[in-house]
Amino acid sequence: MSAITGEQAILIEKPGLAGRISDFFWKHPHVFLAVMLAPPLLWLGIIYLGSLLALLLQSFFSIDDYSGLVNYEFTLSTYGQLLNEANLDIIIRTVSMAAIVTLFSALIAFPIAYYAARYARGKWKAIFYLGVMLPLWSSYLVKIYAWKLILAKEGILTWFLAKLNLLWLLDAWLSIPVIGGNSLSVSYTGTFIVFVYVWMPFMILPIQASLERVPANLIEASSDLGSTPQQTFRHVLFPLALPGIVAGSIFTFSLTLGDYIIPQIIGSSRLFIGQAVYAQQGTAGNIPLAAAFTVVPIVIMGLYLWMARKMGAFDAL
Amino acid sequence: MTAAVLFENVSRHFGAVRAVDAVDLAVAEGEFFAMLGPSGSGKTTCLRLMAGFEQPTHGHIEIFGETAEGVPPYRRNVNTVFQDYALFPHLSILDNVAYGLMVKGVVREERRKAAEDALAMVKLPGYGARRPGQLSGGQRQRVALARALVNKPKVLLLDEPLGALDLKLREQMQEELKTLQKSLGITFVFVTHDQGEALSMADRIAVFNDGKIQQLGTPEDVYKRPKTRFVADFVGSSNILQPEFVTQLGAGQQLASLRPEAIGLNSKKEGQLAVSGVVLSRSFLGASNRVTVNVGGTKLHVMSPASSPVPEEGSNVTLSFAPADLHLMETTP
Repeated sequence: MSAITGEQAILIEKPGLAGRISDFFWKHPHVFLAVMLAPPLLWLGIIYLGSLLALLLQSFFSIDDYSGLVNYEFTLSTYGQLLNEANLDIIIRTVSMAAIVTLFSALIAFPIAYYAARYARGKWKAIFYLGVMLPLWSSYLVKIYAWKLILAKEGILTWFLAKLNLLWLLDAWLSIPVIGGNSLSVSYTGTFIVFVYVWMPFMILPIQASLERVPANLIEASSDLGSTPQQTFRHVLFPLALPGIVAGSIFTFSLTLGDYIIPQIIGSSRLFIGQAVYAQQGTAGNIPLAAAFTVVPIVIMGLYLWMARKMGAFDAL
Repeated sequence: MTAAVLFENVSRHFGAVRAVDAVDLAVAEGEFFAMLGPSGSGKTTCLRLMAGFEQPTHGHIEIFGETAEGVPPYRRNVNTVFQDYALFPHLSILDNVAYGLMVKGVVREERRKAAEDALAMVKLPGYGARRPGQLSGGQRQRVALARALVNKPKVLLLDEPLGALDLKLREQMQEELKTLQKSLGITFVFVTHDQGEALSMADRIAVFNDGKIQQLGTPEDVYKRPKTRFVADFVGSSNILQPEFVTQLGAGQQLASLRPEAIGLNSKKEGQLAVSGVVLSRSFLGASNRVTVNVGGTKLHVMSPASSPVPEEGSNVTLSFAPADLHLMETTP
């Protein structure tokens, strides 16, 4: 009653258990933080990082060629194997694909993200989020098989181009060495298209978030000071969106480096790093080499982040 | 002489909202021109029309005799000091100030020199290497000013540039801006909702309400001879006298304004008009006291110097003022 009528200045009625717990945490906010963070940190530290370190440790062992057993002695010879012509080929192929996929994802994602951040309001913003996220909700395998049908020789794309009398264009493209092939679904071009499609949301959303944080009046200020739209893009918009582009490219780059399903279903039968890891730890039973392969993307991403930092990509954060 | 900025019947509509409605104005070259009004009155939209961020729905705009509609902001020799400064967070202070020269292709050495001079002019020499985030609000304000002035604009537009500063700093910047404008001779167009700021700085003031200019004149004009009730109300805090009340004072049946500081308390002089009333309340404002007096049902505010005695609440007082201070207005609001 007194609380309602306001007769007391301080409400010192005996709190229940829940009240006492609240009071305790209010007095000791650090304890509260520790209680909140302990489970996820333990999960991250032991189950995730721990197992990753265990895997990395494996890469410093080697396999006995005759018995096929792991030889638990510290050696760099497994890393030496990475430099075999065949293995180096896999690495170069994967890294090139990841780089091209990242570049094109950024080029395609930027205008979409720009529209969403600058112009889309209300209903259109909701439609944008739905449009970008929707592909993430459906099964990854279903999407890839759908693409296989689209890109196949008897697929809808060939049919469509035939209707437009543009088959010659497709044939010309497929006759280009390396990126061409029998049909899009068995060419690097096909692999590339599907990678770009599947990772696109991971590029759009960070860029959109970074553009959203650029105040509109910076664009106006730039224009006011005599910048043409191209100059404004180069000197203001792009540098300020760069953290988002880098964040997006970390996704597209590392996801492409690690993926082993898309190149297996769509593309030439040549291996990517993910497939190599899968083959080495599975059928070949060469865990040390598989581990060494997984180190490659980690090192590349480390280098990439270091370079991005050097170039000032995070200055605007 | 051609006007620095000329608006002929300019309107800017956003859907059904008439942000700016048939505005005519001419800003003279070298003038310190203030656009004063409450938020949503159209003053900022007018500034944005001058800068080129908005295009008029109707009407014609000229800047130094040249047609401005359809001309993008980057082709206008007009620069803006933004309300929240809009400094580029990823650039150093020097690069911020040199930005306009950089995009115009001025060589590196020359633009650095010009930017450093501009920083010295706004009393921030040697701050070039810092980032906007490392500066205080007042310092950022000065950088924004330097960044605009380094381009030697024909017109400098200022959008509530002092709004975010505390009182002391604001007063200091008001003086500095005024001095700077005089020494540079650049036309300044200044948007503010602070009538004190407009009165103290401007050569002329346009008072805006509902997208229209209510009155355009010198600070003294606007303050002492408000044309409409809105102006009397908004500029200062004048007593608005209803026509019936004015008739009793012996003037015509018209709306009138009477400045609180023009009224004397118990100090009637020869030739002054006088009314008597009861003190309702009083408040101490530092340099003066504001006394509210009930005169036959009409509440009058009186600003009396702190040095003179203040009557008690409930006491009877005589209010007196010169007939000339009773300013008759158009009865339309």
